[in-house]
Amino acid sequence: MFAFIVSRVLQAVPVMLAVALISFAMFAYVGDPVAIMLGQDFTEAQRAALVSDLGLDQPFFVQFLRFIGNAAQGEFGLSYRLSRPVAELIGERAPATLELAFCAAIIALVAGVAMGVYTGLYRNSWLSRLLLTVSLIGVSLPPFLVGILLILVFSVWLGWLPSFGRGEVVQLGWWSTGFLTWSGIKALILPSVTLGLFQLTLIMRLVRAEMLEVLRTDYIKFARARGLGNRAVHFGHALRNTLVPVITIAGLQLGGIIAFAIVTETVFQWPGMGLLFIQSVSAADIPVMAAYLVLIALVFVTINLVVDLLYYAVDPRLRIGRAVARGR
Amino acid sequence: MAPILDVRDLRVEFPTRRGTLTALDGVSFAIEPGEVLGVVGESGAGKSMTGAAIIGLLEPPGRIAGGQILLNGRRIDNLPHEQMRRIRGREIGAIFQDPLTTLNPLYTVGDQLIETMQTHLDLSGGEARQRAIGWLEMVGIPAAAQRVDSYPHEFSGGMRQRVVIALALCAEPKLVVADEPTTALDVSIQAQIIALLKRLAREKGTAMMLVTHDMGVIAETADRVAVMYAGRIAEIGPVREVVKDPRHPYSTGLMASIPPLDRRVEHLAQIDGAMPRLSAIPPGCAFNPRCPHVFDRCRVERPELLETGATRAACWLYDPASEKQAPEALRHG
Repeated sequence: MFAFIVSRVLQAVPVMLAVALISFAMFAYVGDPVAIMLGQDFTEAQRAALVSDLGLDQPFFVQFLRFIGNAAQGEFGLSYRLSRPVAELIGERAPATLELAFCAAIIALVAGVAMGVYTGLYRNSWLSRLLLTVSLIGVSLPPFLVGILLILVFSVWLGWLPSFGRGEVVQLGWWSTGFLTWSGIKALILPSVTLGLFQLTLIMRLVRAEMLEVLRTDYIKFARARGLGNRAVHFGHALRNTLVPVITIAGLQLGGIIAFAIVTETVFQWPGMGLLFIQSVSAADIPVMAAYLVLIALVFVTINLVVDLLYYAVDPRLRIGRAVARGR
Repeated sequence: MAPILDVRDLRVEFPTRRGTLTALDGVSFAIEPGEVLGVVGESGAGKSMTGAAIIGLLEPPGRIAGGQILLNGRRIDNLPHEQMRRIRGREIGAIFQDPLTTLNPLYTVGDQLIETMQTHLDLSGGEARQRAIGWLEMVGIPAAAQRVDSYPHEFSGGMRQRVVIALALCAEPKLVVADEPTTALDVSIQAQIIALLKRLAREKGTAMMLVTHDMGVIAETADRVAVMYAGRIAEIGPVREVVKDPRHPYSTGLMASIPPLDRRVEHLAQIDGAMPRLSAIPPGCAFNPRCPHVFDRCRVERPELLETGATRAACWLYDPASEKQAPEALRHG
């Protein structure tokens, strides 16, 4: 088990290095930081001083290694746009995005699995047909449109929920949370539904397809022939066998929720990392963009590791596969 | 003795868009306590369908359209789902064909045994586990106390079928429906599994309906045998008589296609043609287009099971009323 985790972490290292290289390359190829930082009037001496301050006169590999060294300590330099440490900026914004992604993921998983199981078990009921039809709309509508429609209905027409921002937040150390105030919770609803809707329909359709597949298998028939009740057959035997593919997709989708919260955050002016990223892109604020890129890669790598560990927990056949491969 | 299972005039239909298909028609037989009834026939003859109807697990849209199934004198074909569920596993055990796919891959064999026993019997976790180990020993799994925590994929096919047998018997049903229990196994393993089934059925006094297309298995195991053809029983009787002296022309053909071991034969006998599809069963006797002894009555009237010697055969050859029509030379005997 431990060896498995170590090997997985080692496999992640080249991925992170590749991403680091790409984000590092942005400094060299997207705009000239020296020109941006110096502004209009400068002397050659000022320029040279800044270049040596930033270490830009060093060879490529030295610069890259220093970038990696700094990045490993969470140090991505100063934002060109705001002249503040990037780590601080991201640290301020991360709680907003993570809380939003968390809510969206919970909505997508809980409702997606429940609806998937229901439509798989009662595939001819009118509710299943309705859910499937509505889910088609959910899959095909782009999130920004869903967000705008939700704002129109719940904020403009009904006036129930706020159309932008996080509401009141409470500071718990460096973490700012919207869960502790009523206005914070209300502000979370629309964006997290918008963000989770696509994943929800995807997970629902996946669980449904897997359930239909598993319910046809011999071991389900045999479980019934042994006289097990519907509950045991459906949830103990069938649902658990659908979990491996569902975990794979749900894991990737969770990464997607965090990475691509950009659109939803923009629509709802949600003060998270995605909004920060979009603002940084328009200002060519490369340190922030580079840090965001590395961070998202880290999120995906971590989620993949967790997904692999979950496989391990869910499917005993994979355990033996690895044991045999190791020559037990 | 009252039969443990009494199937009377069972009819199973599949409503389809192009009309209703009759998969089983007028199937009647009984199984005595402790008796092994073999059911043979070609693929699609309705053997497995009969088993599925008895355990109440016909694949939809299939349904029992007529007749009765009595278990210990109690009708079970029209029970509500929940009551039928309590009978499955507890009073009727089932063994399926392919042991590689009948066990849930995600649970240990012990968990599956314990789950089954606790569904039907009032046992604590510890007692159920002890019994699970006992059952694994009984079906001949070595080091059962350790193997109880193994997953299905850690067993070979033959061992898995032993586990399936333990699962079918663990709530001590008085009847077991075994659907092709050896078909998916190596020939050398088949004999072991058959011997195990025979031994357990005898020790526990369990009656068994053994569905197979393997006449060797039937001859080895069964007390009586039912030959099925196109959803009907063609002949039923003691296994010795049916094998040695089959009466129905279809049984005769079936037995003649078993290679004898004690002498050389140039060609094995075969039955020309193929069993009709369910949508195109001919009128009269379903076997008449392939029958070497066919005469006019066979093409019009459907024969019921008629007493002939020690067995009963659904064939007009044995009806005194058709004596005039049947060519004398072809009469049996």
